[in-house]
Amino acid sequence: MSIRDLLKAHGKPPREVYFDLENSGLVPPEVVDAMLPYFNRIGYGHPSITHKVGWEAYEILYETKELVSKTIGASSPEEIVITHSGTEANNLAIMGFALANRTKKGKIIVSAIEHLSVIFPAETASELFGFEVLRIPVDTEGFIDPEIFQAYIDKDTSLVSIQMVNHEIGTIQNIKELAEIAKDTNPNVIFHTDAADAYGRIKFRVDDLGVDLLTISSHKIHGPRGVGILYVREGVKLSPILRGQLSVEKLWPGVENIPLIAGFKKAVELAFTNFDANVSKMMILRDMLLRGILDNVPDVLVNGPIGEKRAPDNINVSFLYVEGEAITIEFSLRGIYVSSGSACTSRILEPSHVLLAIGRKHEEAHGSILFKVSRYHNREDIAYALSQIPEAIDRLRKISSLKPRKI
Amino acid sequence: MSSRIPLPYSPKIIELFKHPKNLGPLEDATIVAKAGSPACGDMIHLYLKIEKKNGEDIIVKATFESYGCAANIAAASILTELVKGLSLKDAWKISWKDVADKLGGLPPIKYHCSILAVGALKRAIRGYYKKIGIRPEWLPDELTVDEKQALEEEEMIEKIYGPMMKSLSEKK
Repeated sequence: MSIRDLLKAHGKPPREVYFDLENSGLVPPEVVDAMLPYFNRIGYGHPSITHKVGWEAYEILYETKELVSKTIGASSPEEIVITHSGTEANNLAIMGFALANRTKKGKIIVSAIEHLSVIFPAETASELFGFEVLRIPVDTEGFIDPEIFQAYIDKDTSLVSIQMVNHEIGTIQNIKELAEIAKDTNPNVIFHTDAADAYGRIKFRVDDLGVDLLTISSHKIHGPRGVGILYVREGVKLSPILRGQLSVEKLWPGVENIPLIAGFKKAVELAFTNFDANVSKMMILRDMLLRGILDNVPDVLVNGPIGEKRAPDNINVSFLYVEGEAITIEFSLRGIYVSSGSACTSRILEPSHVLLAIGRKHEEAHGSILFKVSRYHNREDIAYALSQIPEAIDRLRKISSLKPRKI
Repeated sequence: MSSRIPLPYSPKIIELFKHPKNLGPLEDATIVAKAGSPACGDMIHLYLKIEKKNGEDIIVKATFESYGCAANIAAASILTELVKGLSLKDAWKISWKDVADKLGGLPPIKYHCSILAVGALKRAIRGYYKKIGIRPEWLPDELTVDEKQALEEEEMIEKIYGPMMKSLSEKK
């Protein structure tokens, strides 16, 4: 079995539209151009060494921190920690907190639909250090009930981690309200929010939200993979989770990846130039795609909320009677690239924990497909997708032994 | 989404996924068998038309329907090709490995697709003999490994395969 043969058998579709921005995506030419000089022309040195090339590296690194700091309303660039991914930033928030507070222990509260890079380190913190981990249930659209949330917070709560926007079903959580409840109930609570899917789509200020830790991921805003940000409010104590020679970052040892950081900086600039126009474009494309699917394909469930409370870029639907992995391949053969929450694409043969948490049955979760749109899509892309989707689903339903049975 | 695994499918699987052979219910089927369940995300219906020829029970036609992934569709499709023209006695000998080999190999996490297809075949054969009230001497009383595994998959796929698949994927 070789991947080369597989790709040959797949062939090149007549048109290609990439909607799998959840898992990674194209890096636009402006971002690539911003990276290239830092490989061999400028700032290719170590940012904490005292020579010109090191200072050049430090300059772009610091400018990136300044820019990110400005976009989220942090008090200073010092509060911006650059890591090597969103997953790493979430791990640093949870495990870094647990390490620094391992003698005090207490309760870590997460929602049932958090990213696995939050849920797994929370479980590890529980296994290693004895923190108690509580998972807050969500409603059928992924929202946390503030009253239920309040009931979870008590004097032993040490850390809360709730996503601002859910990565699979696009639920926009009211973080400001939840942080307020948490701090009112226990002022010592540290509040982390994973904002990887919110950054560049929703405007927020850390002070307004009242959060202490916040995660951003480069590849979710068309930056290069391999850069993550953890905002750490001044005074919040974390321990590094990797050990080694510290450089500029006090919470992350090793040599900072300057070219990728330069690319990420460019991606931030692009996301925040014409922010409102970008977001309304996403919404128009999102609604066009969703409406087109619902109007042209029978037996489809929408996963997550609809309208204002949904992320502007997120479409997640379950095509009943067909299995998601088969859909991703059928779509791929037609040049439409998406991902699924089906068990068949997972290592543990369990469907998406997010879809199960909002009450989807296994067979509903198996047929789920996630699309994300961005400013790099246009109406023609959506029209092409809609020209293929009904036919693709119809073909798979003809193969399927699971059919709407006429009574 | 959840934890992922790369799936380097063979061109044969892609080919059968694009153009499945012997698809759809068989109107004049002698026996229909099902393996898997919607909750597992894998379900195969196998339709066999069986005729007596020279004292033997021969599969003259086989078709399938599959709710499942590309490997599931391809495994069911190739099985219908493998059994066509065989006596039930010979069809009984087809193993999940035969099906996987005919597909040009399966990623370990997809072995269950081929197990499910063979499980459905064995069920169909048993179902046929039960229907006509005969038990040939080559048909074992005990469930075979494929049948048991198909059963287990239906009951609790993750419990049975989780640890095995985990160790397999770690070995890779």
